[in-house]
Amino acid sequence: MESSATTIADSKLAGPEYKYGFTSDVEMETLKKGLNEDVIRALSTKKNEPAFLLEFRLKAYRKWLTMTEPLWAQVNYPPIDYQDIVYFAAPKQKPQVSGLDEIDPEILRTFEKLGIPLDEQKKLANVAVDAVFDSVSVATTHKKKLLEHGVIFCSISEAVQEYPELIEQYLGTVVPIGDNFYAALNSAVFTDGSFVFIPPNTRCPMELSTYFRINTEESGQFERTLIVCSEGSHVSYLEGCTAPKFDTNQLHAAVVELITLDKAEIKYSTVQNWYSGDPITGKGGIFNFVTKRGLCKGKNSKISWTQVETGSAITWKYPSCILAGDGSIGEFYSVALTNGLMQADTGTKMIHLGKNTKSRIVSKGISSDKSTNAYRGLVRIGKNATGARNFSQCDSMLVGSECAAHTFPYLEVGNDEAVVEHEASTSKISEDQLFYFESRGIIREDAVAMILNGFCKEVFQQLPMEFAVEAQKLLTLKLENSVG
Amino acid sequence: MTAILEIKDLKAGHSGLEILKGISLKIEAGEVHAIMGPNGSGKSTLSKIVAGHPDYQVISGEILFHGKNLLDLPADQRARLGIFLGFQYPVEIPGVNNSEFLRMAYNSRRKEKGLEELDPFDFQELLTEKMQFLEVDDRFRNRGVNEGFSGGEKKRNEILQMAVLEPSLAILDETDSGLDVDALKIVSKGINALRKPDNAILLITHYQRLLDYVQPDFVHVLAQGRILKSGGKDLALEVETRGYDWLTAVA
Repeated sequence: MESSATTIADSKLAGPEYKYGFTSDVEMETLKKGLNEDVIRALSTKKNEPAFLLEFRLKAYRKWLTMTEPLWAQVNYPPIDYQDIVYFAAPKQKPQVSGLDEIDPEILRTFEKLGIPLDEQKKLANVAVDAVFDSVSVATTHKKKLLEHGVIFCSISEAVQEYPELIEQYLGTVVPIGDNFYAALNSAVFTDGSFVFIPPNTRCPMELSTYFRINTEESGQFERTLIVCSEGSHVSYLEGCTAPKFDTNQLHAAVVELITLDKAEIKYSTVQNWYSGDPITGKGGIFNFVTKRGLCKGKNSKISWTQVETGSAITWKYPSCILAGDGSIGEFYSVALTNGLMQADTGTKMIHLGKNTKSRIVSKGISSDKSTNAYRGLVRIGKNATGARNFSQCDSMLVGSECAAHTFPYLEVGNDEAVVEHEASTSKISEDQLFYFESRGIIREDAVAMILNGFCKEVFQQLPMEFAVEAQKLLTLKLENSVG
Repeated sequence: MTAILEIKDLKAGHSGLEILKGISLKIEAGEVHAIMGPNGSGKSTLSKIVAGHPDYQVISGEILFHGKNLLDLPADQRARLGIFLGFQYPVEIPGVNNSEFLRMAYNSRRKEKGLEELDPFDFQELLTEKMQFLEVDDRFRNRGVNEGFSGGEKKRNEILQMAVLEPSLAILDETDSGLDVDALKIVSKGINALRKPDNAILLITHYQRLLDYVQPDFVHVLAQGRILKSGGKDLALEVETRGYDWLTAVA
């Protein structure tokens, strides 16, 4: 008998079409390429920023000049010419947009095409959305309703104008300007992003969400997100990202800072699907160099990161938690999928400073085609962190035989009474598993999708419902052609 | 009337090794056949070949299912046409919800027949009915497919799948091994329930034990890749008392 099904090792390279690869024809206003203090001043003036912020930017820029790109990650790429990037690209529109009718309809259509309707009639009922197009936020929905609960949700540019004291108080307190090369760059040139402030003892009445869209070919996106959750409060925040298909690489160097005070909780979820470049030639795609960090400042506070990373040519990203408050909890749930020639080096840092702090890491890496996928995680238990506990679980799944998976767990335990557990596994989808599905009438493609979704279940369960469904579909779509 | 399964002079094997050396077998609608034989006789190979396992190769011969040539069809297609293989060692599929798995399998068969897919609610009803009949713990529903199941639980799960899918031909590969008497009774109940004028069942077993509960119409002794003797259910009893040596010696 001729074997009719190919083996899993015969992984095909032709990736599925990236369906968000379109560009929108929007009249843009951009600054000239390149970066110097004049560009930063121009940017700051354009955005009518207070003096402290210009100072913040210039300090960061000067720091950045002294720094070098980190080279320790398990990724390879040609040197980036930072003078060949447009640092500001914004849709031309009136400086103050009072209603959606003043937004370029092409932008509204763009977001609608992405499944994020912004106009009042169609907007998502239970999710407030801040839509960021290239360098600026173009619209935020449900703003008024949130304000009734004291919740501030707006673009960070707007927050700089409306709530400068909050920005000055918190910006750069979790990720200092000189934290790392990309964070310094971001601090110097960030253009927009979201700001969230939850007042004490408030449960944010709906999911908050930011949707990032890179549109201009030569622009970088440097967004900045700051979320402050006051005593006894709770917020769940979602982030989604897509970009058009270009042959050039675009740099995305974001910084996200989260702060929780006593008994506060932030749940931050990301579904990242930036364009990952051509699956065969590797041309184009986003360089996703992101610094995300949360500070559990208050006692018994909690920060939970959930990420589903399925895009970008290169991912360099370690959403982390600093567990300063006694009894605080940090969580990191991650699915990182690489296919084509993608490279991902991602993981987390859990820094235990307070007593009885707990952290949990669940990382699921899936690599296929010729991609490489690395988990890099640090668990540090400070000398005063008596009673600290960590549990880490890092599982890798290989689809095909030309891909690679690496795990780099770092442990620094400075307290004798801490408990740290680490489990790791690497697996392949077995022929026997696939045959089991087939013998029940289920085609191979569906079998692979089900097995992978099963593998990622623990992480998907952390996502809000709509996102979980989207994440599952995305995973299936991405691997459609990767399995014979 | 065409037979449900007809195997004609089948020679087949695995990695270049000829295991089945000319098997012929005809199973008509409504019949239960049992294949017995010592270890390594080719019983499991036969079941995998009929189900379409890609690691096994047919060298010559024919397999017809309802008169249709099976050999050109992939395993998933064969399953959708109504062939069910109950595995000797069912694999674990971590994280894949048992009832979702079953619903997907069930609907793939319905789609093949041109019927509408069953939604999760209707399917849960159907599943509940089958689970109650087979005295299966309700927790089976939401566990991962065979994940952390004991040997007996896995076998019971196979029978549950068979009951849900209602195949036209069920091949049960040593479903009785590793079962205690109570479990064996329930598994037999499941098999007997499938015994209908339109269906056929092929039991592969080491022991006569299962045949006390599921009475076969025909018994075949398979050894060294050949069917050495066929007969009624008395043949199973004879094997039980005399072993296989008297048959293999003749061959």
